[in-house]
Amino acid sequence: MSTTFELNGQSVTLDTDPDMALLWAIREKAGLTGTKFGCGIAQCGACTVHIDNVPSRACSIPVSAVEGAKVTTIEGLSGKVAQAVQTSWQNLNVVQCGYCQSGQIMSAVALLSATPKPTDTDIDEAMQGNICRCATYVRIRAAIHDAAKSI
Amino acid sequence: MNMINFPSAKPVKANRRDFLKGGVAGLVIAFTFTPRKLLAADAAAPAKKPVDPNAFVHIAPDSTVTVLIKHLEMGQGVYTGLPTVVAEELDADWSQMRAAHAPADVAKYANLAFGMQGTGGSTALSNSYDQLRQAGAMARAMLVQAAAQAWKVPAAEITVKKGVIAHAASKHTGTFGDFAVAAAKITPPTDVKLKDPKDFTLIGTEIPRLDNVAKTTGTAIYTIDVQRPGMVYAVVARPKRFGGVVKSVDQTKASAIPGVKQIMRIPSGVAVVADSLWTAMKARDALKIEWDDTKAEKRGSAQLWAEYKELAKKPGEVARNDGDAAGALAKAKQVVSAEFEFPFLAHAPMEPLDCVMEAKDGKVEIWAGSQFQTLDHMNAAKVFGVTPDKVTLNTLVSGGSFGRRATPVSDYIVETAEITKAMPAGTPVKLVWTREDDIRGGRYRPMYFHSVKAALNEKGELTAWQHRIVGQSITKGSPFESPGLDGMIVEGAKNLPYTVPNFAMDAHTTNVGVPAHWWRSVGSTHNAYATEAFFDIIAKAAGKEPLEFRRALLGDNKRHRGVLDLAAEKAGWGSKMPANSARGIAVAEAFGTVVAQVAEVSRKPNGGFKVDRIVCAVDCGVAVNPDVIRAQMEGGIGYGLGAILHSQVTLTNGVVDQGNFDAYKSLRIDEMPKIEVYIVPSTNAPTGVGEPGVPPAGPAVANAILALTGKPVTKLPMLQGSSV
Ligand code: FES
Ligand code: FES
Repeated sequence: MSTTFELNGQSVTLDTDPDMALLWAIREKAGLTGTKFGCGIAQCGACTVHIDNVPSRACSIPVSAVEGAKVTTIEGLSGKVAQAVQTSWQNLNVVQCGYCQSGQIMSAVALLSATPKPTDTDIDEAMQGNICRCATYVRIRAAIHDAAKSI
Repeated sequence: MNMINFPSAKPVKANRRDFLKGGVAGLVIAFTFTPRKLLAADAAAPAKKPVDPNAFVHIAPDSTVTVLIKHLEMGQGVYTGLPTVVAEELDADWSQMRAAHAPADVAKYANLAFGMQGTGGSTALSNSYDQLRQAGAMARAMLVQAAAQAWKVPAAEITVKKGVIAHAASKHTGTFGDFAVAAAKITPPTDVKLKDPKDFTLIGTEIPRLDNVAKTTGTAIYTIDVQRPGMVYAVVARPKRFGGVVKSVDQTKASAIPGVKQIMRIPSGVAVVADSLWTAMKARDALKIEWDDTKAEKRGSAQLWAEYKELAKKPGEVARNDGDAAGALAKAKQVVSAEFEFPFLAHAPMEPLDCVMEAKDGKVEIWAGSQFQTLDHMNAAKVFGVTPDKVTLNTLVSGGSFGRRATPVSDYIVETAEITKAMPAGTPVKLVWTREDDIRGGRYRPMYFHSVKAALNEKGELTAWQHRIVGQSITKGSPFESPGLDGMIVEGAKNLPYTVPNFAMDAHTTNVGVPAHWWRSVGSTHNAYATEAFFDIIAKAAGKEPLEFRRALLGDNKRHRGVLDLAAEKAGWGSKMPANSARGIAVAEAFGTVVAQVAEVSRKPNGGFKVDRIVCAVDCGVAVNPDVIRAQMEGGIGYGLGAILHSQVTLTNGVVDQGNFDAYKSLRIDEMPKIEVYIVPSTNAPTGVGEPGVPPAGPAVANAILALTGKPVTKLPMLQGSSV
């Protein structure tokens, strides 16, 4: 079955098994590997993408569900908020292994787009679906506050 | 076919004394002897070979300097720390530095602490420090020599600063790129002079990580991201119980799924190969497999605990015996005792285990986040029946490891090799373990039971410490096994830093069919907890203040005292805490690095507790990159906290109960405390930081809870099954 949607600003039609998770369609069919697999059951956030600007776990959404939707992955991030987030992440040396960070950044961009000056509680709420096994949480929090200053 | 000599599983006996003396961990002893024997083809001791700068430093015509990293970048910062050391001696500008993994080549890239290529024991920087300083200084001398020849001026008059080569008198200036080709033809000098540390301009500064941009834009390529033309995807159905084997497979339904390419039996189970991972996973679910569990481990956690507790009543194999602990206990004014339970722990690196491989015309190419390159290289070659020179192993950055990828048997790489061998020649195969495969697939920090007793005399002095540990050996049955008690069971406890006149430690090594493995900080994961939490239980019984009691018994252990004092001072130790909150302190040495932490814990209004703040002091010798050290302490604390608060793998009739992050819980951002890290200034050679942040976190929290509630926390994880 084929599904047509907008992926990072471009219209794409992917021919897949209809119940294939969006994650695998993006990674293996569209060849965009920035979105990661960590759990497959919406527990870790490594696969976070934006679907119509809402942060969503691509591992737990069938590709057929995004027909006609606008999907943004880490590769397609752009704009002031995204840039501020990535710059703060780099300036504060947030990453360790880095594997969770595409998902962390996608969640952080969504948070700051909706709440430009988040409190620690806002951060806890928006980010607790993203596991970082390297436990870079101290810096994730600091980088979100840092990015908020420059937006 | 020419076969090389594979691990005979009969290595020489290790000298356990040595590693305990220096506090250097078990990994090191295990590796100092075995690989030499394995690698008869390259018997030369790598440590004695002169440094070859060309093996480590590549200078391109565009002046970029690429440092070849012989270790695995799995998050701990070797892609930044090692280039810093080269750039320092090379006088390069940081902006021109790059990092890339070195190929698998034990002759050039052995870990000098192991004698084989591999990463572990927090040795990456410490074993590379002198080597890379040399390499950087030699490369610099070669560039200077090339410039001197081109400009026809004396080499001694040439200066190098921030990547610019200059001769003041003749007003010549040039870049590294200008002389890269000419320099490569010069014989590396052997008598280079290294910088005086006081002249360092990069070492000791907070330069940004080199992998920052790739890892924040989704462009870093991990093994799971490797794409090859015509690649197929594989998953493996493994037995439910450790030691089970396939009895029969009904693959009718699975084979009918479009996209399934092949279903095959391999030694570890049944592999499904398909045109996408999704299809492979779906087909695996559709397999009907009957397992033969005759030889499988069928005991559950409850039964194992009961057996461990029985064993703990009897004397075990002696690890250390000073004085007469039993005698002192018999004469004690007061005997203090405690029993600790530590569960199995999975590593759960964020990137699950994965490997890409292709084989054609007798040659094999591998892409993997390989942590033991030498063994992975050899084990893969063995499957194909070729010599390692026919196998190219490309090491990729990995999404964590925490020890998991450092397997002596190269489990996931051997599986990929078995599948690749069975596929048509030239077919690239990507094997991925799902999270359930990872949590249920074994190789855990083993479960351990500790039974500890201490004697106090009339004056409240600690006169005896008797400590018994029950649990699995990590090296048993592996090529790293050595006769006698596995030092990894007792490391971090046997070398108790406190002066106790009568000290006895013994251990029972249990036979359990669950694969045991080193987990970030190895023996110290449980031993630091048991000793440091017990220490506060003793202090309480003796009516002593925990920090002062520690200081009094630390004897000559100045570094322990130093980190304790620093952490205590910065945390405001002794100052009043708000109601319903308390502090705890703990210190531990692991891999030559000493770390103390003060934890602040408060009661939550609706029950339970929260870790609010951890103040950490670390003594790791010269701080090559203070920010990377802080990051490793923060990460180590978070990793340790997740485990002590939440994580456990349990078994029911031999089957693992947990499968994913819903049940095998990890620390999340809302539970991460505020963390402050202070580094003790030092001119000693650098020691590792990847693991030593983990051990003190658990006992510091336990000691804060003891102070808060009066109750010791002796059963982990704290938030399941404990009374807190
Ligand atoms: S992979 Fe989707 S949430 Fe973990
Ligand atoms: S940086 Fe490694 S999992 Fe987050």
